[in-house]
Amino acid sequence: MPEIRWDWLQRHADDIQIMTVQHLEITGLSMALALAVALPVAVAVRNRRVPFAVAAGVADVLYTIPSLALFALLLPYTDIGRTPAVIGLAAYALSMIVRNTVVGLRGVPAVVRDAAVGQGLTPRQVLVRVELPLALPAIMTGVRLATVSTVGIATVAAFVGGGGLGELIWDKGIQREMFLTPILAGTVLTTALAIALDALLAGAQWLLTPWARRGRT
Amino acid sequence: MPGTPATDAPPPGDVRAGTLELRGVTKRYGPTLAVDDLSLTVPAGKVCVLIGPSGCGKTTALRMINRLIEPTAGEILIDGTDVRRRPAARLRREIGYVIQQVGLLPHLTVAQNVATVPRLLGWAKARVGPRVDELLALVGLPPGDYARRYPAELSGGQQQRVGLARALAGDPPLMLMDEPFSAVDPITRERLQTDFLRLHRAVPKTVVFVSHDIDEAVKMADVIAVMRAGRLVQFAPPAELLADPADEFVADFVGADRALKGLALTRLEDLDLPPAPTVRRGEAGGDVRDRVASGTLVPIGGAVLATGDDGHPLRWVPVAAIGDRVEATPGRTEPLLSPVTTLRDALSALFEAGASHGVVVDGAGRAVAVADVATIGGGLAAPAEKAGDA
Ligand SMILES: Nc1ncnc2c1ncn2[C@@H]1O[C@H](COP(=O)(O)OP(=O)(O)O)[C@@H](O)[C@H]1O
Ligand SMILES: [Mg+2]
Repeated sequence: MPEIRWDWLQRHADDIQIMTVQHLEITGLSMALALAVALPVAVAVRNRRVPFAVAAGVADVLYTIPSLALFALLLPYTDIGRTPAVIGLAAYALSMIVRNTVVGLRGVPAVVRDAAVGQGLTPRQVLVRVELPLALPAIMTGVRLATVSTVGIATVAAFVGGGGLGELIWDKGIQREMFLTPILAGTVLTTALAIALDALLAGAQWLLTPWARRGRT
Repeated sequence: MPGTPATDAPPPGDVRAGTLELRGVTKRYGPTLAVDDLSLTVPAGKVCVLIGPSGCGKTTALRMINRLIEPTAGEILIDGTDVRRRPAARLRREIGYVIQQVGLLPHLTVAQNVATVPRLLGWAKARVGPRVDELLALVGLPPGDYARRYPAELSGGQQQRVGLARALAGDPPLMLMDEPFSAVDPITRERLQTDFLRLHRAVPKTVVFVSHDIDEAVKMADVIAVMRAGRLVQFAPPAELLADPADEFVADFVGADRALKGLALTRLEDLDLPPAPTVRRGEAGGDVRDRVASGTLVPIGGAVLATGDDGHPLRWVPVAAIGDRVEATPGRTEPLLSPVTTLRDALSALFEAGASHGVVVDGAGRAVAVADVATIGGGLAAPAEKAGDA
């Protein structure tokens, strides 16, 4: 085990902090964009077989494109920097969020929907007040999966000039004859971010679904 | 009520019930006629039970009334107005809807579930809260204990009570109930039926109640509609249905023990029951003995019924055992009966408890009368009367 250069880390603490914040920002923006696209799509296709198959298929194809290639493909259309990174990462997250949201929406018991309609809720009210809240656990499952993987893939953002911890690993480590200290630091920080964000989202889910943990069955 | 806005619920006692009329209503699914040319009228404030074997079109007929299903032909009128004249969601807010599987919203508390329709109707918050509490109390769920629970924390019977409260919350003139009590155990079902009847007495609504159980139909209905393969085969008050089934099919459906079923046509309130011989806990023994001597207090089997200050029965105490004051700790006074309990249910409750008489309590739980087996058996002579007034 080669020695870790603590003095180097100390000297670059400010840089490392900036890259960590950038990494969080890229992840946050990507997830926001992914949700903004995936939720309306999921809602639109939830009750229709063919449109759902098409939407899920497109999202799956996006997911299978190698990340580096996806970022490179975006470059002709955007400047180098954060934009291609965020778009690419959001494209990755779509599949997980669309699929989980549709599963959640379809899991709302027919009798609950029927009773809600029978009380006089409009279709829109049924969606907003019944279906989406009840799908929340499934939606959160998708968001958590997507977030954890986005934190990891976001290290590739450095290649399109997006910044983040990828810069620490790539520019400061690999490109400098495999200088191990920044590579290890970047890896540990990325993993820690993933774990922390997942815990945060789990906590948010716990707070948002008090009904899911009550009951005596 | 001076100062109350005009949109408020009517003052208690005011009947808010609508006349329901079906005219030639038909629903076709491909080759299947689920409902075939159904015509009937339910007068305001009456309970109509739709009954028939599984698949005969009861649910389809019911769901066309609140437009969950659109008829292929025919028209449905509430107080003379075609239901299609209004947007479906608006219409449904004025029609209570209760189904067998209840369908409470699992992510909302009991109080939020009950508040659904008042909130859709745009009631002010200050009015919704008290209304929810009132309804929970009405269906026998003290709001203090239940308002903040989630549906998953309730038994099946309690969930159905919440379903009933939810359907009543907007004070709808019409209620649709699709086998509402079929999914609970027989004892709970009996209680729910009795409580519903008591509620219906207090707040009359026009009710269409789907059932596949003739005993339930006889107990609940002012008028019974028997359906077979989508068609109406008989539309008559329960006594008439029992006494004079229209054809072989109805006779079969009604069953052989028609005389016994007749016991379900009379309720304890229809009988001339002796008042409960009640004494208050703490009442002077001398006063009790004076009342017995003067004949204003008539002990049963030498015993009188001690009650708390609230009139709730505590236990039977022998007059001979009363000293200076009536002393009583809560004991066994079962079975407790309601004025709306049918003779059939009252008899079976007495037999089950192995008791010769039961205490009849009013809606507030106060002992009002005593019913014994002989008096109830005497009611067998009476049932035919009901045929006239329904
Ligand atoms: N959506 C539907 N599509 C086709 N057939 C239906 C549909 N709904 C009900 N039916 C048929 O209509 C008939 C009446 O059904 P239903 O009203 O549910 O009966 P009930 O409530 O009396 O058991 C049945 O034969 C049933 O199979
Ligand atoms: Mg049915």
